[in-house]
Amino acid sequence: MNVVAPVEKLQPKDYASDQEVRWCPGCGDYAILKAVQRTLSDVGARPEQTVFVSGIGCAARFPYYLSTYGFHTIHGRAPAIATGIKLANPELDVWIATGDGDSLSIGGNHLLHILRRNVDVQILLFNNEIYGLTKGQYSPTSRAGTRTPSTPEGSIEAPVSAAVFALGTSARFVARAVDTQQKHLPGVLARAHAHKGASLVEILQNCIVYNDGVFAEFTERDVAADRQIHVEHGKPMRFGTDGEKGLRIRAGTLELEVVRIGEDGVTEADLLVHDETNRTLAGLLARMTPPVMPVALGVIYCDPAPSYERQINDQVASAMGAGKPHDLNTLLRSGYTWTVGAPRRDSDTSTKA
Amino acid sequence: MEGSAALEGATPPRKQLESAVVRFAGDSGDGMQLTGSRFTLATALAGNNLATFPDFPAEIRAPAGTTYGVSAFQINFGVHKIKTAGDTVDVLIAMNPAALKVNLGDVHANGLLLVDSGAFGEKNLRKAGYDRDPLEDGSLKGFRVIKIDMSQLTLDALKDSGLSKKDSLRCKNMWALGLIYWIFDRDRQSTVDWLNSKFAKTPEIAAGTLAALNAGHAFGETAEISSDIGAFTVPPAAIGAGVYHNVTGTEAIAWGLAAGAMLAELKMVFCSYPITPASGILHVLARLKEYGVVTFQAEDEIAAVCAAIGASYAGSLGVTSSSGPGIALKAEGIGLAAATELPLVVINSQRAGPSTGMPTKTEQSDLYQAVFGRNADCPLVVLAASSPADCFETAIEAVRLATKYMTPVMLLSDGYIANASEPWALPDTDAFARFPVQFRKDPEGYHPFLRDPETLARPWAVPGTPGLEHRLGGLERDYDTGNVSYDPANHQRMTDARADKIAGVAREIPAQPVELGNDHGPIAVVGWGSTYGPINLAVEHLRDQGIDAAHIHLRHIWPLPANLGDLLRRYERVLVPELNKGQLITLLRSEYLIPAKGLNKVTGKPFAIAEVEDAVRAWLEA
Repeated sequence: MNVVAPVEKLQPKDYASDQEVRWCPGCGDYAILKAVQRTLSDVGARPEQTVFVSGIGCAARFPYYLSTYGFHTIHGRAPAIATGIKLANPELDVWIATGDGDSLSIGGNHLLHILRRNVDVQILLFNNEIYGLTKGQYSPTSRAGTRTPSTPEGSIEAPVSAAVFALGTSARFVARAVDTQQKHLPGVLARAHAHKGASLVEILQNCIVYNDGVFAEFTERDVAADRQIHVEHGKPMRFGTDGEKGLRIRAGTLELEVVRIGEDGVTEADLLVHDETNRTLAGLLARMTPPVMPVALGVIYCDPAPSYERQINDQVASAMGAGKPHDLNTLLRSGYTWTVGAPRRDSDTSTKA
Repeated sequence: MEGSAALEGATPPRKQLESAVVRFAGDSGDGMQLTGSRFTLATALAGNNLATFPDFPAEIRAPAGTTYGVSAFQINFGVHKIKTAGDTVDVLIAMNPAALKVNLGDVHANGLLLVDSGAFGEKNLRKAGYDRDPLEDGSLKGFRVIKIDMSQLTLDALKDSGLSKKDSLRCKNMWALGLIYWIFDRDRQSTVDWLNSKFAKTPEIAAGTLAALNAGHAFGETAEISSDIGAFTVPPAAIGAGVYHNVTGTEAIAWGLAAGAMLAELKMVFCSYPITPASGILHVLARLKEYGVVTFQAEDEIAAVCAAIGASYAGSLGVTSSSGPGIALKAEGIGLAAATELPLVVINSQRAGPSTGMPTKTEQSDLYQAVFGRNADCPLVVLAASSPADCFETAIEAVRLATKYMTPVMLLSDGYIANASEPWALPDTDAFARFPVQFRKDPEGYHPFLRDPETLARPWAVPGTPGLEHRLGGLERDYDTGNVSYDPANHQRMTDARADKIAGVAREIPAQPVELGNDHGPIAVVGWGSTYGPINLAVEHLRDQGIDAAHIHLRHIWPLPANLGDLLRRYERVLVPELNKGQLITLLRSEYLIPAKGLNKVTGKPFAIAEVEDAVRAWLEA
């Protein structure tokens, strides 16, 4: 009997590359990098089997700072590159690091399709509601009225919500987290990693230079408990400093409302219990915005289905059968062919050279 | 056939011909492509050499009866080597007035017009823009016109078939085919077998189409019109022994790619987005799963090239395919492959442009785009296929160079090659040299841009390999470590290395041969791609007339063969015919400083042999 030597578990620091990290001091990306290294260690990721793919932007520098395989590609196209990687080798563990401009503006089309196809990758969408690397223009997630060098009077565009968009594409895993919540983020990332199929994690990330404090209204210590809800499958949806608040369906509507336990006869039994396989509920949760409603964090939706590359490779494997691939001669002769015997003599005696 | 000498030993009433050019023309819904391809197969089985030219509108079902809805299929077949679909038409089958109007200009004087007079009603005449019926007004007197009410004869033949009038009329293309089979003494059996298998689930339609086919054939036999029409036979050509397939460029490229992947011992991941005239390659490869081929219909052209790059990054052969407008969208992705030095094969089935242009019409106007069409200094290898069968070898060569030099390779095909067909003696691929890829495995001394001293190719280290974890990207990389570098001297060194690597491919390009004629003399005609046939025949005709012209045809567009400059300088004149405004000629002038002259045409149609011949003669006589 073979004895399998236990593989020594790598520590978070073992996933750091030898490259100097070049984000601005205080950038939320540092926290995300730390959480990802923690997660890789927690899930026992093998560096040689792990690939980080990115497009362009601050977030896209991510692969350079990890000791795994990494591919820093072109703006918006990381999902397409990652799809090709998974088609070539479905066994690889592929992560995508992307920003709100990269994935929801120039790369919006590719994000739509990788999610709907359900390619087995983890997509970390760093949402800071701004273009950082090009020095501060508004992004597709910027709230209306955002003043930037390209919108001096304030943006007039309706922003897109990454999580709502993902749910609309038929994504099978949608989660949301905050960069600095180091106790929470690695757990969400580990869930995304465990999910077979495309998983999207929207990470609310603070850009300290161009959009500092954009999430402060619900991430600051004094308001966080009242303006965030960490949803967990099978648990009643409670939040607030002492868990005194909860969510329920407003009677006669398809809306959520915040209630207080103990007020108006409300008990925990009246609260909604999170069902992460319920896409309708996920949509309601993903749409909640402060200050009236809390921001939903955690695994909002998870309902696995067969992955794209698995199905394609199954088709190929079944076509190839148990035997080795057919040879080339068989391929060429698979169409309509005819055979000409020994060369015939040209009946024209004046045959040209 | 008008100009073809009758061969000796012909037994009346059939007259033997060396060759004939037949064109089927009708509405885009009349089934002309299908009729033409059936006739092609029967002709191939009869042992003739042949070349075909399908010419159809971009609209799937253009309004019936209109001139812009006309679909045509031309075939040139004969005893000798056939290199083009023919300059002028001997026999035109016109299924309605619009088909007659659009195609009449290509029929030579005294050519034969077989016309479905049943379709020449007032309404169809008006739609085609005829004020008067050309069959009656004497305007066709320079031709031999045979008016046959094919519509009515088809209805008569199918009156007991149980098919509706509408369905019965849809069989009239088979009636016409039956008549043409009789005229050229072709065996109907391959078509009978095909109809039975195609309509196996609808036996009444199978029976109807067969009845129409047989009725058309019987009409030829019994109508005693042979004195008007003539009955011909085109004897088999002296064709080498072997197994043949009538191959289109689309099929040959698809098979060549599959072959290349097998010879490289790689899995192919083919990523494409539908576009005319390139989609056929995706269709063929999607049915080759049993050969391990993975196909991916991407959400757009950019995703297609990017998925192919991802596949190559992960150790497969990444291939993408498109036509000019799609290639333009892929440009940034191709630049990434060039910068990260990953193998990538890009097929460009060129079409008339710019912009959407004429999607179903051929052109050679993407040479600039192939050689120059990316931001910054971004050299890559460019190849061009010269015929449907040549696509196979050229595709294999593209795979070989892409994997050996770790570079994108663009293979130029065009709308003509994609759809045209020719009989192809299937090669024994066991005799092909394999070129298995060696992935880097050894971590000792590894970095991702450690170049092979000879080819300058970097090692291909794929994810999954322990100890070779590295980061790759579009940011400039340090020559000595592969890490991101903005160092000025390093960028110079890397840019030079990328250029030198591609220039070095010329070392293993075979010396440019002369296809026909001497390696020096008064004039060389230099072509590339699908103009091979007309140029070659034009030069052959000129040489028969004692004119010392030579034909040189390029497969390697970039880098150019090392001896090309010296070769071209040995001619007093260099004529470069191209289906564009002069693109290869720019390259030749700038590389070799030679006073070459262009012959340029952008009508969406291939060169006629006579056009090339006349241009050579005109220059020599000037």
